[in-house]
Amino acid sequence: MTTTVVSQPPDAPPAHAPVSSIMSARRRRRRTPVTWVRGGGLSTLILGLPLLVIFGLFSWFPIVRATVMSVQTTNLVTAPVYVGLDNFTAVLADPLLGTAVTNTLYFALLALVFGYPAPLVVAVLMSEVRRGKGVFSALAYLPVVVPPVVAVLLWKVFYDASPDGVFNTIVGWVGLGPFPWLQDPSWAMPSLVLEATWAAAGGTIIIYLAALTGVAPELYDAAEVDGAGVWRKVWHVTLPQLRGILFITLILQVIGTAQVFLEPYLFTNGGPANSTTTIMLMIYNYAFQFGDYGKATALSLMLAAVLAVLSTVYFKATSSWSK
Amino acid sequence: MTDHVSSPVAPTGARPRKARKAGSAAADRGILSPSDWRRRGVGSWLRLSHVLLFAGLVVGGLGPILWLAKSAVTPTQDTLRTPMAIFPNGVDWANLATAWTRFEIDLYFYNTIVLALGSWLIQVLVAATGGYVLSVLRPAWGRVATALVLSTLFIPAVVLLVPLYLTVLDVPVVHVSLINSWWGVWLPAGASAFNVILVKRFFDNLPREIFEAARVDGAGPFRVAWSIVMPMSRPILGVVSVFAVIAAWKDFLWPLLVLRDPAKQPLSVRLPALANYVELDVFLAALAISTALPIVIFLVFQRMFLSGAGLGGAVKG
Repeated sequence: MTTTVVSQPPDAPPAHAPVSSIMSARRRRRRTPVTWVRGGGLSTLILGLPLLVIFGLFSWFPIVRATVMSVQTTNLVTAPVYVGLDNFTAVLADPLLGTAVTNTLYFALLALVFGYPAPLVVAVLMSEVRRGKGVFSALAYLPVVVPPVVAVLLWKVFYDASPDGVFNTIVGWVGLGPFPWLQDPSWAMPSLVLEATWAAAGGTIIIYLAALTGVAPELYDAAEVDGAGVWRKVWHVTLPQLRGILFITLILQVIGTAQVFLEPYLFTNGGPANSTTTIMLMIYNYAFQFGDYGKATALSLMLAAVLAVLSTVYFKATSSWSK
Repeated sequence: MTDHVSSPVAPTGARPRKARKAGSAAADRGILSPSDWRRRGVGSWLRLSHVLLFAGLVVGGLGPILWLAKSAVTPTQDTLRTPMAIFPNGVDWANLATAWTRFEIDLYFYNTIVLALGSWLIQVLVAATGGYVLSVLRPAWGRVATALVLSTLFIPAVVLLVPLYLTVLDVPVVHVSLINSWWGVWLPAGASAFNVILVKRFFDNLPREIFEAARVDGAGPFRVAWSIVMPMSRPILGVVSVFAVIAAWKDFLWPLLVLRDPAKQPLSVRLPALANYVELDVFLAALAISTALPIVIFLVFQRMFLSGAGLGGAVKG
């Protein structure tokens, strides 16, 4: 078990280099390699090797490499060439970028409208269930367990645009439809978001339920002493108590939806008429359709920078309210 | 307010009773107090909303999965013409067998399991040894390593995709390509900062005296790891294991990029391709087969998923 990983040469991890310098700086006593081994330094290093090798190769190195690659052209055949900010300007000049940004924002907005308030309402109602709460939460969580690819492919069947499609049959019962679902540029994105919301809501509900059990019952007692009814208790006690977690789920949802890939890729592959091309799909196409790794990393770095700025501003702005 | 007058009124013997009541009330009550429940308007409104909520959850949560289970054993023409009818022309069990043998779902199922087990082993190995070193052994370089591991939590996955792909294409130092190799999926799965932090936190909360005692008794770092830390960390490694397996089962984009050879691809990568050339009923049978195991795992480990330990899973997704 261990040997498979240890077979990597031990000089790979970048964090290995500063070890000796830090060590000698921290220990006043002079140390030789022999005392280091005697003191367990070697066995500690061997035990730490899986972490250092795996993170070094597959996390730290690629992150550094991303910044380097964004200022290079790389075609894997000839040596990479430094091109300055050319990749960034080329991406910014891409006529598709505006569409992708708009679509991603639209996806994020729809996901907020469909998927942000609903889990909260469900969780608050569910927290008041007295018997069979476990059944409620298991039912709510079930869609999360379905593998995402299966969920998308199954919903693709549901979205069949013929009058005999699953959803069109259902809306037909109340005299609506048939709707074009994925076939129409203005319907495609909401259809994608509907599936994504179905697939993700259970996780958020469970988070809120856990947070709701953390609300001290004394607060409700106190509110009742002050004469608060049910609605005022929800508004003035429950929601303020959940504020912190609500802020976090909001920004996490935005960060998640900004990187949405599976739904647009599998449902529509960006169509119809680029109406579902997202930034992540553009990055994928840059890299794995056109082999332009420089542009792909440039765009992903720009997306990451925007997300970083957004979350910093967000946490600064909300830190004063969430306490 | 008037409801509350009743409890402070009884003066004699109130102490023990009140304490007991407060204890059970704290566990029992949520937003509504027991008296709220007794008020006719509130109580019946809430009961009605619970019935509606339950119906909604059954339709929304269970409905699509039941439909999939039904359609997996329904002939294609029935599913196309009357998708909501329940077995209008009988059950077609052969779909499952056809999907399993003729369209090689057995092979892709096996591949998925191999990927999940390998990723699980690597993740547990990295998280257990890493958490142990960073939390218990605390070498001088531990702080730097912890900071570096933590910092990767803040890097969105999108940044890693392309450079990680190029890394796997030509691994530095050893210069081998992991494309079309299980290792290309297994090894990067181990670089999960979430796992390491989770296990480290768990070890941080174990009493240090135990390790000190073992060391005084002459146990070296390996012995302490194997005989003391591993047995004690079984619950946290259980959490890591379940989420590792589930995450590997869900993974799509990475295996799609790394495993180009269809004979090595897992279900998640093969299913979209199958959709193009397999008849609908057999395809739905394949989807149902792919969903069965995760649902069984969920039902077995329900408490672990629903207790909020899955917070990280939600954050990662």
